[in-house]
Amino acid sequence: MSTHTTDVSDAVLTVRDVGVWLSGREILSHVDFSVRPGEFVGLIGSNGAGKTTLLRLILGLLRPTSGRVTIAGIRGRRRAGVIGYLPQKVGLDADVPLRARDVVALGLDGQRLGIPIRSNQQGEAVEEILAAVGGLGFADKRIGQLSGGQQQRILLAHALISSPRLLLLDEPLANLDPASTHDIVTLLGDVCAQRGVAIVLTAHDMNPLLPVMDRIVYLAGGKAAVGTTDEVARTEVLTQLYGRPIQVIRAEGRVLVVAGDTPDSATPAAGPLLSAQSSHDHPLHGQDRA
Amino acid sequence: MFASFMTNTWIAGSIIAVIAGVVGFFVVLRGASFLAHAIPHGAFAGAAGAVLIGADPLLGLGVFAAAGALTVSFLGRRARADVVTALALVMMLGLGALFLSMSSQYSSEVFALLFGQVLGVSSLEIVPMVILGAVCLIAVAVFYRPMLLSSVLPEMAAARGINVQAVTVLFSLIVALATTTSVPVVGALLMFSLLVGPSAAARSFTSRPPTAIILSVCFALAIVWASIAAAYASDLPVGFFVTAGSGILYAIGRVWAVLLSSRSRRTGRSTTPSALPVQ
Repeated sequence: MSTHTTDVSDAVLTVRDVGVWLSGREILSHVDFSVRPGEFVGLIGSNGAGKTTLLRLILGLLRPTSGRVTIAGIRGRRRAGVIGYLPQKVGLDADVPLRARDVVALGLDGQRLGIPIRSNQQGEAVEEILAAVGGLGFADKRIGQLSGGQQQRILLAHALISSPRLLLLDEPLANLDPASTHDIVTLLGDVCAQRGVAIVLTAHDMNPLLPVMDRIVYLAGGKAAVGTTDEVARTEVLTQLYGRPIQVIRAEGRVLVVAGDTPDSATPAAGPLLSAQSSHDHPLHGQDRA
Repeated sequence: MFASFMTNTWIAGSIIAVIAGVVGFFVVLRGASFLAHAIPHGAFAGAAGAVLIGADPLLGLGVFAAAGALTVSFLGRRARADVVTALALVMMLGLGALFLSMSSQYSSEVFALLFGQVLGVSSLEIVPMVILGAVCLIAVAVFYRPMLLSSVLPEMAAARGINVQAVTVLFSLIVALATTTSVPVVGALLMFSLLVGPSAAARSFTSRPPTAIILSVCFALAIVWASIAAAYASDLPVGFFVTAGSGILYAIGRVWAVLLSSRSRRTGRSTTPSALPVQ
């Protein structure tokens, strides 16, 4: 799944040489990647790396200073129905008079005008998507009384019910315990595989996502390295990206990114642990042949 | 109390209860109680100004309500909404005090705008109420779903192409419209209490939005009708009965919610131990 010979015309998302300046500061610089239908891409980076800015660009809530962002061939703001979005935090009072299934139904037609008169067919669509996210057990509870993981499933159903081509999730794993994290990652992997929807999600830790991610966009200091995990999670790649010595340690299928003492000591230590990759396939920005 | 001179009172009270119940659902959902406080009270200044220059108080009321609503929703984008609302409120109240002091006679008309004039509604007042009220309800019906979604999950609403800021402006204008419809009869104080009390109480009894709106309207109607009857029978001000009724209903709702959750907790607890393996 790691071959990235994408034709721009069938990409569901294209971020082409994008730069963003906000209040005199460069937030993103020459970020360049594209996402194919049904692909699972992680935007990995620490706080302040530019992940949220990138998501806002894709959502059309922010315009790039340079470069362009194209969604399924569409530029501009007409993106409703093409993109499903899950924000990082939703503040919901426990007594909001809205059941979980009402939130899902609003995913069908929340932007429409007039009093909702929903057909049996739409009712079945709500049931079907609730079953798919494992939300039938709490569908009739108030949305504000659900746990964080349960709310996430319901918001996921809300985003998925209109069959978007691209699903954006902002830090869906933050604030979840390890068991819920595993459940949500598995669910997202299933959704991606079974519904053909491309998933782009942000996370500060790539490890829980390793089993499901096709590619990662690693952000640091506003720059991006793009490729498969094996291509990007390498000492020399991240050292160049961060502009300072970084050591990537792999152990028991996990990836640890730490500050290295010197580039010389870091590189040989990490080298043998990496799985074989062609050395010319350097995944820094601009090398993604989308 | 069902004498012919009271007919208009019952009609006016019922119209206001329906509008306040429906609009109030969104006031509480959006956490916009302060806006619902500021617009009726600030709009009173417009009516006082209209009386001063000899214009129709309803016109002054409408202009100030709409201006206040637009000011708050536009300035609230870039600054804290509560601060902007508070400053708009006190500026309008200050203007109201100024207009009153410039007015040669302390108009009973103006006094009624603050505290209501439920027991003396003329047929001429009913017509604009019906028209404005209908516009208000139609606006809520048309924008029901975008308002619902952007009130509860604004970021997800924005992602599906809803202009959340436009919805905020629209909602403030709906509150302004409801205010203009109702304040001449029930006064600024009562309108505020009817916008918040019944809908806040309704939340405790149902988790479905349409049911919550219907309950909120029923509560508002019950409060208004009971208050008119009590005011007629006792000769005490209707405002006291309306505010007390709203408060009591809300308290009943909270007690109901607590009882309900403690019952579900008890049943939850009784099943949990049996599910555990016995060692």
